[in-house]
Amino acid sequence: MFEGWDATFLARLQFAFTVSFHFIFPAFTIGLASYLAVLNGLHYVTGKERYIGLFHYWVKIFAVTFAMGVVSGIVMSYQFGTNWSVFSDKAGPVIGPLMAYEVLTAFFLEAGFLGVMLFGRDKVGPGLHLTATCLVAIGTAVSAFWILSVNSWMHTPVGYAIAENGQFVPAGSWWEIIFNPSFPYRLMHTVTAAYLTTALAVGGVGAFHLLRDHTNKQARTMFSMAMWMAAIVAPAQIFLGDLHGLNTLEHQPVKVMAMEGHFDSHPDGAPLILFGLPDQEEKKVDYAIQIPKLSSLILKHDLNAPLAGLDTVPDEDEPPVATVFWAFRVMVALGLAMALLGFVSLYARWRGTLYDWPLLHRFAILMGPSGFVAVIAGWITTEAGRQPWTIHGLLRTADSVSPLEAPAVGASLLAFIVVYFTVFGAGTWYLLKLMGKTPGAHEAGKTGHAPGISVGPQQQEGA
Amino acid sequence: MDVNLDLTILWAFLIAFSIYAYVVLDGFDLGIGILFPAIPVGKDRDQAMNSVAPVWDGNETWLVLGGGGLFAAFPLAYAILMPAFYPPIIAMLLALVFRGVAFEFRWRDPGHRPFWDMAFTLGSLTAAFMQGVILGALLQGVTIEGRAYAGGWWDWLTPFSVMTGVSVVAGYALLGACWLIWKTTGEVHDLARRYGWYAFVATLAAIVAVSVATLFLDYGYYAKWLDTPRVFYTAQVPIVTALIAFVFFRSMKRGSDWMPFALAQALFLVTLAGLGISIYPYAVPVSVTIWEAAAPEKSQIFMLVGAGILIPVILAYTVYAYWVFRGKVSAEGYH
Repeated sequence: MFEGWDATFLARLQFAFTVSFHFIFPAFTIGLASYLAVLNGLHYVTGKERYIGLFHYWVKIFAVTFAMGVVSGIVMSYQFGTNWSVFSDKAGPVIGPLMAYEVLTAFFLEAGFLGVMLFGRDKVGPGLHLTATCLVAIGTAVSAFWILSVNSWMHTPVGYAIAENGQFVPAGSWWEIIFNPSFPYRLMHTVTAAYLTTALAVGGVGAFHLLRDHTNKQARTMFSMAMWMAAIVAPAQIFLGDLHGLNTLEHQPVKVMAMEGHFDSHPDGAPLILFGLPDQEEKKVDYAIQIPKLSSLILKHDLNAPLAGLDTVPDEDEPPVATVFWAFRVMVALGLAMALLGFVSLYARWRGTLYDWPLLHRFAILMGPSGFVAVIAGWITTEAGRQPWTIHGLLRTADSVSPLEAPAVGASLLAFIVVYFTVFGAGTWYLLKLMGKTPGAHEAGKTGHAPGISVGPQQQEGA
Repeated sequence: MDVNLDLTILWAFLIAFSIYAYVVLDGFDLGIGILFPAIPVGKDRDQAMNSVAPVWDGNETWLVLGGGGLFAAFPLAYAILMPAFYPPIIAMLLALVFRGVAFEFRWRDPGHRPFWDMAFTLGSLTAAFMQGVILGALLQGVTIEGRAYAGGWWDWLTPFSVMTGVSVVAGYALLGACWLIWKTTGEVHDLARRYGWYAFVATLAAIVAVSVATLFLDYGYYAKWLDTPRVFYTAQVPIVTALIAFVFFRSMKRGSDWMPFALAQALFLVTLAGLGISIYPYAVPVSVTIWEAAAPEKSQIFMLVGAGILIPVILAYTVYAYWVFRGKVSAEGYH
């Protein structure tokens, strides 16, 4: 089974593994940082104890997640060079500065104020503490801005020239490079995904505690806030995803062909394949369940619009169709389920049973981790869909890889797998333990003086 | 072209500055990890950990700036060096994973605290050692062909690079001990004072050994340092080093709390200046100069605008973050 596991494939596997693991954490911390800023702000304005109680509850979870995000992120900043050195050499002059801006504008900001946010409330007072929390939240969002600009440029490269030494060098304005054609859509879709992921996780935790005690005030507050998010943001996300898809059709039509499973061109209206088993060798989708002409309607807003298929693309330029096809379907199915949860919660709110309808709470618990799965599925869709290119249409993945022997890449991949599963497995367990604690249980008498933070021997002894 | 020349040197300085900031900042929290097994379990360890908990993340960000900055400003050097030092870099990254999460995990799971404390120590020790190995491997030069690394997997591993690895461990232990002298009280403070002496002696020995060994590496470092009239300039480095060491010795004798830490940082600054003299004008000794490795002027200028505005801002709020947690850390943590 290890045929074809050459250094390039192993390097891809390693990057996919480390970046997917890493992506889970910021997907959570981007949303959670903003949630914490909102909670902190609500407490600042209203003075209500339950908001600061919730802040203390979620900030511990944030601290553990953030630590994992930081350490897995440092790995990423070196993975480009260790495994993709030729890519780094060639693309460095264009994307390197954007990544440097990410460090300068985002990473330092987050890291600089994280300490104050976690440990400094009593030292700086509520006003500056709120400021620090907001700065951390802004840092996480700014980080997403830059790294998604880099990523988008790899999908839709513009504003470059190719120098004599083979490097991509900036030619137009930096503005053009940063705001490359797919960036605005990708940014909106991804950041919204992070907010939605967080809302579903918060909603799941709230629902879990409501099932145990539906009178718990803090559980009610977090569940209600999360369900508002699900009801409003999930449908918005479907709309944004559609825009992103149309943008992809314009700039990377081959990716859309793989997402749709369209091996053949359809001159008079393409069907929407709901399910099926793509067979890239035979160039067909087995057992396809399809709705005629619907794909043309969705993508071209015209039932009879012609859509080209993978038969118009040379074999060596095709992405792995089954991977893209399935990842896309997982993402869309989860997105629809999220919208359904939001809709049902609105109905429950209208009926007045938001806090005491166990079926809804079970549904919300089930959907708790769905954001993470959807985010990874979406990531696989877009990244595997770009293959076989690292810089779309210009630099092949096979020509981007470091001059390393397969065993070296294989050994480091194995080490990453062992370490990540050990460390982040333990971390996930600690997160679940924290989420299992009843909110507001022992904060009632303590909020006045205890910063309620993640470290400190006294807390840990009480834990 | 003239403009580009100046920008390249400026960027070399900025990268060197990030490396220095990283070494002295993360150096002391890695150093605490190295000293951790020698600190008694319980209040003393908690105090040591609490003294760096609010700042370690910011410290480590300088490593990202060093790596990211190298990628952006000298992409060719980044592309050659990362594969050349593949095993030590991967080992360093994995070690940093362990020691980074230990800050949170040891509080979350008292039952497994010995395990996470050990992860903190081994992670810190490995990261420090590998950073030293990478430094040594850089000094001894790498084989390249065209625009890529062309040596073997194990070229980086030599007695010299092992020696530089051990030296960095000693140096970080010194920074860690001095930080603890400054920030803690009670038993851990007294212990740190004693370990500070050991680490000081070990660091001085390491500086002498690495300096002498570097002179006899293949790449003409001997001539670079000892040819007349160069020697009149380069000799300032060992002289200043000796002066700082002397003042450090006196401040430790007098029992100052903060001076040893400041002087240990100064010691690292002159050591880094010495390394700069050895490596300049190369980005990859001794085959690629900083000008050959540099990104085009347009990239350099774009980044310089950002760096020029943002680095002072970053330094300002970093000072603020340290200021918030000024003074001795108490055994009870932050309450």
